[in-house]
Amino acid sequence: MSAVSMTVNGKAVTGDVEARTLLVQFLRENLRLTGTHVGCDTSQCGACVVHIDGIAVKSCTMLALQCEGSNITTIEGLAAPNGPLHPMQEAFRENHGLQCGFCTPGMIMAALDIVRRKGHDLDEHTIRQELDGNICRCTGYHNIVKAIAAGAKAMDKGGVPRQAAE
Amino acid sequence: MSATGIGAAVRRKEDLRFITGKGQYTDDVVRPGEVRAAFVRSPHAHARITSVDASVAKSMPGVVDVLTGAELKNDKIGNLICGWMIHSKDGSPMKMAPHPALAADKVCHVGDAVAVVIAETLSQARDAAEKVKVDYEVLPAVTDPAKAKSGPQIHEIAPNNTIYQWSLGDSKAVDAAFAGARHITKLDIINNRLVPNAIEPRAALAEYDSGTDQLTLWNTTQNPHVARLVIAAFVGMAPEHKLRVIAPDVGGGFGSKIFIYPEEVVCLWAARKMGRPVKWTADRSESFVTDAHGRDHVTHAELALDERGKILAMRVSTIANLGAYMSTFSSSVPTYLYGTLLSGQYDIPHIYCEVDAVYTNTVPVDAYRGAGRPEATFVVERLVEIAGRQMGIDPVDLRKLNFVKTFPHQTPVIMAYDAGDYHASLKKALELADVKGFNRRRREAARRGKLRGLGYSTYIEACGIAPSQAVGSLGCGVGLWESAEVRVNPTGTVEVLTGTHAHGQGHETTFAQLVSERLGIPFENISIVHGDTDKVQFGMGTYGSRSGAVGMSAIVKALEKIEAKAKKVAAHMLEAAEGDIVFKDGKFTVAGTDKSTTWGDVALNAYIAHKFAGQDLEPGLKETSFYDPINFTFPAGCHICEVEIDRDTGKTEIVTWTAVDDFGTVVNPMIVEGQVHGGIAQGIGQALLEGAVYDNDGQLVTGSLMDYSMPHAHDLPSFRIGLTETKSPSNPLGIKGCGEAGAIAAPAAVINAITDAIGTEDISMPATPQVVWSALSRTQTRAAA
Amino acid sequence: MYNFTFHRPTTVRQAAGLLARNPEAKLLAGGHSLLPVMKQRLARPSALIDLSLVEGLSGVEQKGRSIVIGAMTRHADAANSPVLKEVMPGLASVPASVGDPQVRNRGTIGGSIANNDPNADYPAAVLGLGATIITNKRRIAADDFFKGMFTTALEDGEIITKISFPIAKKAAYEKFKHPASGFALVGVFVSKRGSDIRVAVTGAGADGVFRVKSFEEALRKRFAAKSLEGMTIPANGMNSDIHASAEYRAHLVGVLARRAVAKATA
Repeated sequence: MSAVSMTVNGKAVTGDVEARTLLVQFLRENLRLTGTHVGCDTSQCGACVVHIDGIAVKSCTMLALQCEGSNITTIEGLAAPNGPLHPMQEAFRENHGLQCGFCTPGMIMAALDIVRRKGHDLDEHTIRQELDGNICRCTGYHNIVKAIAAGAKAMDKGGVPRQAAE
Repeated sequence: MSATGIGAAVRRKEDLRFITGKGQYTDDVVRPGEVRAAFVRSPHAHARITSVDASVAKSMPGVVDVLTGAELKNDKIGNLICGWMIHSKDGSPMKMAPHPALAADKVCHVGDAVAVVIAETLSQARDAAEKVKVDYEVLPAVTDPAKAKSGPQIHEIAPNNTIYQWSLGDSKAVDAAFAGARHITKLDIINNRLVPNAIEPRAALAEYDSGTDQLTLWNTTQNPHVARLVIAAFVGMAPEHKLRVIAPDVGGGFGSKIFIYPEEVVCLWAARKMGRPVKWTADRSESFVTDAHGRDHVTHAELALDERGKILAMRVSTIANLGAYMSTFSSSVPTYLYGTLLSGQYDIPHIYCEVDAVYTNTVPVDAYRGAGRPEATFVVERLVEIAGRQMGIDPVDLRKLNFVKTFPHQTPVIMAYDAGDYHASLKKALELADVKGFNRRRREAARRGKLRGLGYSTYIEACGIAPSQAVGSLGCGVGLWESAEVRVNPTGTVEVLTGTHAHGQGHETTFAQLVSERLGIPFENISIVHGDTDKVQFGMGTYGSRSGAVGMSAIVKALEKIEAKAKKVAAHMLEAAEGDIVFKDGKFTVAGTDKSTTWGDVALNAYIAHKFAGQDLEPGLKETSFYDPINFTFPAGCHICEVEIDRDTGKTEIVTWTAVDDFGTVVNPMIVEGQVHGGIAQGIGQALLEGAVYDNDGQLVTGSLMDYSMPHAHDLPSFRIGLTETKSPSNPLGIKGCGEAGAIAAPAAVINAITDAIGTEDISMPATPQVVWSALSRTQTRAAA
Repeated sequence: MYNFTFHRPTTVRQAAGLLARNPEAKLLAGGHSLLPVMKQRLARPSALIDLSLVEGLSGVEQKGRSIVIGAMTRHADAANSPVLKEVMPGLASVPASVGDPQVRNRGTIGGSIANNDPNADYPAAVLGLGATIITNKRRIAADDFFKGMFTTALEDGEIITKISFPIAKKAAYEKFKHPASGFALVGVFVSKRGSDIRVAVTGAGADGVFRVKSFEEALRKRFAAKSLEGMTIPANGMNSDIHASAEYRAHLVGVLARRAVAKATA
C-alpha cells in the first residue's frame, strides 16, 4: 500500500491505496464520492469523467497514484453544499437532459470540458462531435445536446468562467 | 391545465439528486462488513465440468470462501424459471431446461457461472477467481438459430434444441388467400441480436440478519416484487415474508433488468452462508456475457395482395433464438408479443405465423425494449414498403389503402384494436417531414454525390401490459395488474406507493402530477415511493410501456377511494350530508353554500377523529387499490427517416427524423418526448450500428464496448417530434404508453430509407458502411453485367 | 488488474535505470492503451514507471525545417499547438482525431508510437511524413521503426523522448473511424515534401502501418487526387473482422487516399 494525497473538491485528502487502485475506485470507495460512476471497463462510456487540474479525464483509466498532488473536481464539487446549482447542472434539469441519471455526472463534467475548449457559443454539430467519449442509452442525446448548448450560454451570462468551480 | 397537472411539462423531481451526484444506485450502497463476489465463468460455449478445484483460491489473501455449483445443489437452491408457458401446436408444453444459478455439471454458454469467490476486496476476489481450477470436457457448440435444430443437443429435455413450435392464425385460410393473390412479396430477414447495455451494469448486494432470519437484497431490478416472488417460490431461497428486495436508483433497464439472474441468487445464498453482506457488480464485459440479449430472429415472410394493392394475407415463419436457458419471460417475446402484432396498422383478413424457439450456446435472450413488437413491425413495414415498390404503388398510398379505419377492429391474431387514427399520424408526419420537398432534396444531394432516401414506418404496438385474464389465458404465470397505495398524512402531504418502478422514466414527477391535479394540492407535497417490497404492498414492475396505463390507473382508483373517504370526514366537519360535499381544487364545500373546509383540515381531522365516531367511520386516510386493465393499449404512429449515403464508403447519415405518435393522453410532454428520443436512438442503433456476433465456437466477438457499436451523439440527428391523440378507452386516463414506440418504429424506417436510396432491398441489419457498400457494389456489378 | 509497483522518476536517466532494474516493467505515459489492457488482465507488468514527472518530455516546437513533439505531449496539446496548426495543420489533425476528448486529454504521442497498435492514428503520420523517433539512445527513422503490430525497433531500456517531423508543404490525414472503439478502421496519411511523397496507411494492414508504393508512384507524376482515380490495393494482407472485410478495407484505402490528397492540395 502507498500513501496518496490530493485535493478533491477543494478539500485535501489522503489515503492508502494499492498501486493498481484506479482513481475512480479511490473516489468511490475511499472517499465515498459515489457520484462518479463506472459504466464500462474499456474507457468508452464516460460515466466516470472527472476533472484533474481543470481537464476532463476518464477516472477509470487513471491510477490514484498518478493523481498525487493533483486537484480533482467531481460532480459533487460543482455546486457548493446548499448553494445554487452550477448553470450546467441547471441546464440538464431544465432541458430534460437526463433520464436514469447514471451517465449524467460524466456528461456534465464532459460538457464543462467542451465549454473550456470550445467556448460558450456551441452549435449542435460541435457538441455532438465533442460528446464522442460519453455514452447515454436513455436520451438519444437530443436533450443532452440542447442542455449543453443552454448551459454553455448560461455560464457566459452568469459570468461563470470556463473553468467553473475549479 | 395547472402548472403541475396532467399535460404540463413539469421539470423532474428526481433530477436534483442525479445532477449533483447524489443518486443511490446499488453499487453505491455499502453495508457494514460487506465482502465482494467475483464469479468464475466458463470460457467455453458448451462443455461438461469434470472437476472444480478451489483449494488454491481459498488460500489466497482476503478470500473468505469459494462456492461452487455442487454446493448450491447440496444446499437445495432451486433453479431459475421461465414464467410464461407456451404450448406447441401439437399441444405439448415448452421444454424448459434446468437453469441452476451456478452450473454443476455442464456449462451452456460462454459466461455461464461455475463458482463464486467471496473476498474482502474486489481485487482479491478477482485475483482468486483466476486460481479456481475448472476442468472442462469441451463439447461442440451451436450459436446460429438457423442451425440449432441440427446442432449438438444442449439440454436433455429438448431434442433438436427445440423449445416449442408455436403457431397462430388460420393456415388454410392464408393458403387460400395466397392462391388467389395477384402479387406476392417475399422477404428473408435476420432480426439482429442486440445487447441492451443499460449504462449502469447489473449489481446485487445481499445481507442476512440471523437475529430475525431476514434476507435483504439491493438489486438492479425493474420489478422487485416479481424478483422476490421468483426467488422465494421457485428458487426457494427464503419465504417471501423473510426476503426484502430493494431496487434503489436503477440506471436504465430496457428490459434487461426485468429478469431474475443467477448472480442475485448466489449473493443471497452466500450472504446467509458467510453471515456477511455480499456485493457483486458486473463489469461491462461481464454484462455482455450475462445480461439477457434481445431479438435474434431468422424469418421468412410473405405478403399476398390483390391488383389494387389491398393486402389479402400474410404468412410468417420465424426461428427465435432463446439462448442457452429460458430467461424469465423469454418464451412470450417471440410468440404473444410478436405474432399478435403482425397485422400492423392494416386490415389484413388472414395471417398465419409459425415460430420455432430454439436453444443455442449463447447468452439467454429475452425482452429488450419493444420485445417482439420491433421484430413484428420490421416484418410488416418492410413487406409493405417492398410490395409498394414492386407494384409501382407509392408506399404511402399502399399504407392508406390498407389502414384499419374503424374501431374496434379485431385482427386475425388475437388483438382487438380499440382506438386509433392512423391517417392522422401519417398526415401530420408527412407535413412535418416535408415529404413534398423530398425529390428536390434528393436531386440536391445527388449533385453533392450523395444518395438520398426516404423511409416510412407506420407501426403499432400493444402496451399497457396487460389484462390479467388475457395474459393468463395465453400462458403467463402472473397477473399483470398494478397496485397503488395513497397515504395522506395528518398535515395533508401525500405519499403514493406504486408497484411500478422507474429507472429513467420519471415516475416521481408524472405520478405526482396526477395526484396534484386530482387532489388540488401542491406538487411539492407529494412523494412517490417505489422499489422496496417492505414498503410497497405488491407490484408487477415496469416494462411493456405499462406504468402510465396500468400503474397510474391504479393510483386513480386509490385516489377515488381517498376522495370518497375524505368527503365523509368533511361531511362530519361541516355538519352536512355526505352527498352534499363537493371536492374541487383541494377544497371541500357544501353544495350551494359558502361552508367549506380545506384539504389540510380534512386530513388532520381524519387522524384526530374528534369530529366523528371511530366506530362509524374508521380514522385515518389511506387507501389501496389493485387495477386490472380491460384491454391492452395500442399506441401507433408514423416515423419517417431521411438518409444520405456516401457512395464511396457506404456510410449512412441520418439527415432528418420525424416521429408522430399517438400515445393517448400525455401526462408530461417533456418526458414523453424524451422517451421517444431514446427509443428512436435504440432503433437506429439496431438498424445501423449494433449487432451481437458469435463465432462458430460460441465466443462473443462483440464482447465489449470496443467491438459492440453503441449509438453516440454524432451518429444521431435531432428529432422532429409530433403527437396526435386518440384516448385509450381501456383505462381511466386514456393513456396508451410511450416507452417503446421509438425502438419499435425506427429500424424499419431506417432500412426503408437506405433501400430507397440505394435501389436494392438486399440489405441486412446492422446496415454498417460495409454492408451498404457491399450492396451498392452488387447492384453496380449487376448493372454492368 | 494485477498489482505492480509504481515509480515516478523525474529524469529520463532515472527512468532508464528503473527499466534496467525491472525487466518486467512498463513505461506509463498517458496510460490510455496500457491501463485498459491491464484492467482486462491481458498485461502483467511487475512495475509501472510513470513518465509524467520527467521534465522536458512535453511540448511542440519548430526547429528549422522540422516540428519536434515531445514524447509526453498529450494529443489535445499537440492538436491545439498554435505552431503546429500554423506550419502543418495536416499533422495537427492526427492527434485531433484520436479516440475521444477525454482520451486526447491524457494520451500521448510517445505512448501511441511505442505501442504501435495496428489501428492507432499516429503511426500513419510518423511513417507518412518520414519522421525520426528520438530515444535516450539513438535516432530511428520511421521506415525502420515499425516492425509489425505492437512491435517496434525499440530495445530494452530504450525510451522515446521526442519525435521530429520534417515539415511538408502538403500533408493531410483521412480517417474512417471504428464505430465502437474510435480507433482507425482505416486511416491514410499523405504528404509531399519536395520530391518525397508518402502515403501511409494504418488500421488496414494485418502487420500494422505500411506505405503504399503504388500510390506514391502515381502521385509523383502529379500530386492530385485524380492521379489515384480508380486505384486500389490488393485485399491480400488486409485485416478482416466483423466491421470491415479485407476487400472493404482495401477499397477504403483508395477512397481515403484520394480524399487526403484532395485535402492536402485544397
